Amino acid sequence: MRVALFLTCVNDTLYPDTGRAVVRLLTRLGVDVDFPMGQTCCGQAHYNTGYRHEAEPLARRFADVFRGYEAIVTPSGSCGAMVRELYPRLGERARAEGRGDTLAAALAPVVPRTYELTEFLVDVLGVTDVGACYPHRVTYHPTCHGLRALGLGDRPGRLLRAVRGLDLVELPGAEECCGFGGTFAVKNPDVSAAMGADKVRHAESTGAAVLCAADNSCLMHLGGTLTRMGSDVRPVHLAEILASTEKEPAV
Amino acid sequence: MSETFLGMPSFPAFPVAARAAVQDGTLRGNLRHATHTIRAKRAKAVAELPDWAELREAGRRIKDHTLRHLDRYLVQVEEAVTAAGGTVHWAADATEANRIVAGLVRATGESEVVKVKSMATQEIGLNEALEAEGIRAYETDLAELIVQLGRDRPSHILVPAIHRNRGEIRDVFRSEMGRWGRAAPDGLTDEPADLAEAARLHLREKFLRARVGVSGANFVVAETGTLVVVESEGNGRMCLTLPETLISVVGIEKIVPTWRDLEVFLQTLPRSSTAERMNPYTSMWTGTTDAETADGPREFHLVLLDNGRTDTLADEVGRQALRCIRCSACLNVCPVYERAGGHAYGSVYPGPIGAILSPQLRGTASAVDASLPYASSLCGACYEVCPVAIDIPEVLVHLRERVAEGGRATREGSTVVLRPARGHAVERAAMRAARWALTRPAALRTGQRIAGRARRLQPRSLPGPGRAWSASRDLPAVPAEPFRDWWRRIYGAGGTAAARPGPGGDTGKDTR
Ligand code: SF4
Repeated sequence: MRVALFLTCVNDTLYPDTGRAVVRLLTRLGVDVDFPMGQTCCGQAHYNTGYRHEAEPLARRFADVFRGYEAIVTPSGSCGAMVRELYPRLGERARAEGRGDTLAAALAPVVPRTYELTEFLVDVLGVTDVGACYPHRVTYHPTCHGLRALGLGDRPGRLLRAVRGLDLVELPGAEECCGFGGTFAVKNPDVSAAMGADKVRHAESTGAAVLCAADNSCLMHLGGTLTRMGSDVRPVHLAEILASTEKEPAV
Repeated sequence: MSETFLGMPSFPAFPVAARAAVQDGTLRGNLRHATHTIRAKRAKAVAELPDWAELREAGRRIKDHTLRHLDRYLVQVEEAVTAAGGTVHWAADATEANRIVAGLVRATGESEVVKVKSMATQEIGLNEALEAEGIRAYETDLAELIVQLGRDRPSHILVPAIHRNRGEIRDVFRSEMGRWGRAAPDGLTDEPADLAEAARLHLREKFLRARVGVSGANFVVAETGTLVVVESEGNGRMCLTLPETLISVVGIEKIVPTWRDLEVFLQTLPRSSTAERMNPYTSMWTGTTDAETADGPREFHLVLLDNGRTDTLADEVGRQALRCIRCSACLNVCPVYERAGGHAYGSVYPGPIGAILSPQLRGTASAVDASLPYASSLCGACYEVCPVAIDIPEVLVHLRERVAEGGRATREGSTVVLRPARGHAVERAAMRAARWALTRPAALRTGQRIAGRARRLQPRSLPGPGRAWSASRDLPAVPAEPFRDWWRRIYGAGGTAAARPGPGGDTGKDTR
């Protein structure tokens, strides 16, 4: 099976380790992985900040770049939700503005073929034990768009529980937002920081060494809060845990 | 406060007001305790119903249907209420509604009224408008009483004094009750039973004396012209049955077509708001009562209030806000409300629903209204609990667009083209520049390389707008090489990372 990796602009630029981990993980599971070089950004930040018309060319580019693939896999719940939930809405709004069906038609093919990483693993590949080994105590934060927009449910939990050596501890108030929220983090910095600090305190209360999530945008906010608060808990993307094996442990 | 309370140009933008609230430890504690308690109870009450999803969908459809045919249903309400002996008044805005109510009270010769808890009368600033006419309005809902006695503002739809703890309430009762009527008993403690008893004695005097009652309504049933108020305390029932004249101010979106439709909301509203299976008091009245022995008003006036609702109805994305049944479940689950408190929203409608309702009812011209669509991390918890499935994040983003990009909107019945809000010029330029770069992968790559080369300079704090990030969070470390350069190096542009044989069977190929 051949898939396209949509890494997202944030991961490409700031978290290449997550990209490498996805490649390692998927190839280990028997999947051929392409990284179409024309990919950039799904347009989520533009859309969610109120610049829908600026998001449109980015969505069109996404559809162009990934058109030929049966499956497009992304290690980001929020970018996955942008494509799956909000691209159809971009098309609808364009139609409502009297601009016809062309945007909707251009975006339609990639919408059902875009999978968040844990959906792809559990639903398409049908695996929960990915052969990983990660001997650490881990607590998992379900990010909002993965949880509520995509409905990832227990998929990340099932994957984590199958990892050898991993001690999964429940995060109190797990389903509460971490306070990132894209531009919310800078438009409402005080509330955002208070939410992040509460999330960090909850993570610390579990005694976990690692705070895991399946979206690096939230982890960037939480990681920045963790170090600023002087915490020893490390933020780690789920893909890096699943890619880790006895032979090739995560660094 | 009447007009200014409505327009509220003087309220600061949300982030400014929220900053003060975040730093207020007592407030944070009060809110956290209250919202988390009700949150858990609501989840339990809702989980009891196996057909919750169907009820939610039915509620959404009934409201959408009614809103689509509102013209017809409003006329039906007017006919039914009139046939039952009531009088219907139409108010286009707050000023008109206040003038109508003041005129009706004056016509009775009375100078005081008792009030049932009502969001519509808060919205139009009725108490203040009556005060200006020499008419005293007494709030009789316990929490509204606390707010009124404390010269405070409501901070929650259902529990207006949620920001107050028991000790603070006792202090307000002790110092203020005497000025408004019967004083608090000596040695009042902060025990809930004592506080309730003090309020009971204070209010009983008002109920027995009042000849005019003022209410809102949770629902108006079009087929019979029946108004419905649901409540927990029974104080509303007193106001609805004891006075001779009853004046109800009701938003035009409160209509449901039939009694059968009511069945849905009488299940979803109490479970969503107070986490009760059924609320203790459901009062319904149709027109006037003329039998000497029956309870209820001899004179009944229904004031149907628009105040921005028709403009909201004209917006195809934003109109879903009019489905709201004011249960306040979205406030109770909102992580932003929990930390910022209700006052930061600069409106009687706080929390997620306030963030989408106020900028539609009032427009986005003021600082607070232009900032409300951004008062959310778009986490979606509000949408998940809303019993009429209002996609609040969708409307928030839609209103952000209105603020940032401008465009068409309806104000006072006419289409206007709004200009982008001031203060967004830099952001707009940045978004445009980002879009330019992101539609050109080569430009993105250049940017990544520059960032990679400058990584050793990485500062701990950023100047200007970046400070909003770095004041509380460290910046992520910029890697030496972006992923795309690594890929090009290992697999080549257009190359493929080939599957490695066997699950877990690492071949040792260096993918690092
Ligand atoms: S928006 Fe929904 S959840 Fe919020 S108060 Fe209205 S009905 Fe309740």
